[in-house]
Amino acid sequence: METEILARIQFAFTIAYHYIYPPLSIGLGLLMVIFEGLYLKTRNKQYEVLTRFWLKIFAITFGIGVATGIIMEFEFGTNWSVYSRYVGDIFGSALAAEGLFAFALESTFLGILIFGWNKVSPKVHFISTIGVFLGSMFSAIWIVVANSWQQTPAGYHIVGEGLNARAEVTDFWAMVFNPSSVDRIIHVWQGAFLAGAFLVLSVHAYYLLKGRYVEISQKAFKIALLVATAISLSQLVSGHSSAEGVSKNQPAKLAAMEGHYETSAPADLYLLGWVDNEVKEVTGLKVPGGLSFLVGQDLKAPVTGLDAFPKEDQPSQVNAVFQFYHIMISIGMFLIGLTLYATYLWLRGRLFDKKWLLRIFAFAVLLPQIANQAGWFAAEMGRQPWVVYGHLRTSEAFSQEVSSNQILFSLILFFIVYTLLFLLFLYSMNKKIKHGPYDEAENPDEFLKYV
Amino acid sequence: MEKFLGIDYPTLWYLVVGLLFSGYAILEGFDYGAGAWHLFFKKDMSRRIAINAIGPIWDANQVWLIIGAGALFAGFPVMYATMLSAMYVPFMLFLMLLVLRSAAIKFRSFEPMTWWRKSWDILYFISNSGIAFLLGVVLGNILTGFDIGENFTYKGGVLLSFLGPYPLMVGLTTLSIFMTQGAIFLLLKTEGRLYARLTFLLKKGMIFFLVSFAITSLYTLVFIPGVSDKFKENPVFFILPLLAFLAVANIPRLVSKKRYVQALVFSSLTMAFLLMLVAFQLYPVLLPSTLDPKYSVTIYNAASSQKSLSIMLTIVLIGAPLIAMYFLFLYRTFKGKVKLDDTSY
Repeated sequence: METEILARIQFAFTIAYHYIYPPLSIGLGLLMVIFEGLYLKTRNKQYEVLTRFWLKIFAITFGIGVATGIIMEFEFGTNWSVYSRYVGDIFGSALAAEGLFAFALESTFLGILIFGWNKVSPKVHFISTIGVFLGSMFSAIWIVVANSWQQTPAGYHIVGEGLNARAEVTDFWAMVFNPSSVDRIIHVWQGAFLAGAFLVLSVHAYYLLKGRYVEISQKAFKIALLVATAISLSQLVSGHSSAEGVSKNQPAKLAAMEGHYETSAPADLYLLGWVDNEVKEVTGLKVPGGLSFLVGQDLKAPVTGLDAFPKEDQPSQVNAVFQFYHIMISIGMFLIGLTLYATYLWLRGRLFDKKWLLRIFAFAVLLPQIANQAGWFAAEMGRQPWVVYGHLRTSEAFSQEVSSNQILFSLILFFIVYTLLFLLFLYSMNKKIKHGPYDEAENPDEFLKYV
Repeated sequence: MEKFLGIDYPTLWYLVVGLLFSGYAILEGFDYGAGAWHLFFKKDMSRRIAINAIGPIWDANQVWLIIGAGALFAGFPVMYATMLSAMYVPFMLFLMLLVLRSAAIKFRSFEPMTWWRKSWDILYFISNSGIAFLLGVVLGNILTGFDIGENFTYKGGVLLSFLGPYPLMVGLTTLSIFMTQGAIFLLLKTEGRLYARLTFLLKKGMIFFLVSFAITSLYTLVFIPGVSDKFKENPVFFILPLLAFLAVANIPRLVSKKRYVQALVFSSLTMAFLLMLVAFQLYPVLLPSTLDPKYSVTIYNAASSQKSLSIMLTIVLIGAPLIAMYFLFLYRTFKGKVKLDDTSY
């Protein structure tokens, strides 16, 4: 028991930590492709300055993302050996495809992206930027495919029994396009775009508040706002589609997300609330029959409740799943409101007049990050007690031969090294941002106009 | 069992994994090796140049580790799970050092203060030599075998049992061959006084390598049972150790003639031949069980299904030319001696 808990804590800690960085890299990648594309098209030096500046920040997030990602790959083997043997046949090919098609692409072109400014032509550099961006998008595909297979297995059969049981691929494409993968890939991509766009919005809002780099910051802010508005709206679509998929394929998870117990009753949709798993009740603000309506287009349609599952097949942390899910939704809604309001001001020509709005944007960088984390926590905790939904329990999947002392040792090591790394990350980001895209004394904004 | 060119799928995948790990050893070999010399360079500028010599390429080289481990997971999940959970402590240390090494490369030249750079230099040196050493230690453990029982579960010691004398010796040998590889690589990337210093260091490195290589070879022949059985059955394969020895002997010869490109080729070949030697000796076993040979992990009882292997072989056939192209482009872009500019670390 203790080993299982420690293994789970370690995995949760290392994956949550890892997931700070790749979404930033994917999102910043998109913005860099736009900035550099605009530079090549308009030959406006300001876009080159923006590309170079964000590339420096990108290099840091990418580097930490890779380093912490390697650890995830190995952790399957070290701490989840039963799971690795069980899913290797399926999970392995996704991982191999990730390495060969995605990771090789992004990592080789990264060198040219960062160190190649003076070595290759602007066009080749732009192609490298696109290569790195596409590589990071492909990476997300394969990783989410593997995770989606755990949520909604497809294209496989089970061979063997007991400790020797394992899943084997019968249909590769059915495995890749399992019922939840497409929705979730899009949802994850969009979450990553938001993470990147809001970092750009935040930093340039900060410059605008300080009255520094005004001209290029306004340009960058508008571009990032365009991305953020479009994506936060479309996130609603992929989110809804995802939730519908969950209602079909993982009813226990959906029930936990909304704290719904009785199958016969119409299910409510909560704006916020608190689930008491003992008395099976939710107290909070709700739309009566809302969930029934979303799932069955009818306010009275029955929705499968947690009671339909034996106790040992229900997620044990219903309130946590409920809360994480609602945090994600609330943030999503807030971001839609925020970006729509800013776009409205932009159309009226008053986007940069309101200091309070810029202040909100300066801090809003945290929101997509929190929503990304909360969404994953809801997805993963909602899948419990299964590691492979309906087939393999988390309690059976960890490495039995690893002792709790060993995990404690590695957990402490991770904690120390990751804290150090996080402090370095904040410190270096802060320094790059304070320093700014260029030296103001040498290149005042006015100068840039004539370059 | 389905076959391709007369070779069964698990064996083909064994070759793929072997190729990937050889690529990893060769490419990250000079990266780690260069880092293991780090504290032997005295000036701050020399250290900066040494880091920037691998600056644009180390991320790409590291891909070979990620793909190699992925290929092992995909093709031989049982091997992946059993080896990593049994070697928990060394692999966790390896991973931590990998993270610290990345941090050192990125942050070392971020600040000009002496204390800052010195601390990162020490960390960089320790992480690179530690990684090289631990890789050898793991290889040594694989050669001597694990206490594997039924259902591929590990029954052996947990904390420091991975530090037997033989694995320690293989660890030192790995470190020494990486250091030789690293010094030759740096010679190709540097000029002036650092270059002169490296020619001196490379000589020391080669002595370190030849001595530890000789001891490990003798140790293997004397103490590892049945190490030559395979070769007695198939005398043709005596060509492998012969090639390995010729490659080893050729390195000092080429170095003395200052033909460093060829020297790098031969030290790379040395690693490849030695890995082939190990692979051939073990085949079809992946992890020998010290408890009972019937519990050994082999490429057949550890392999993924035929279907899965055929999918992955297809993926490799499509992916390999792409990767070759990326690498050619990358290495061509950054060929020649290191020149620091505003994009450098």
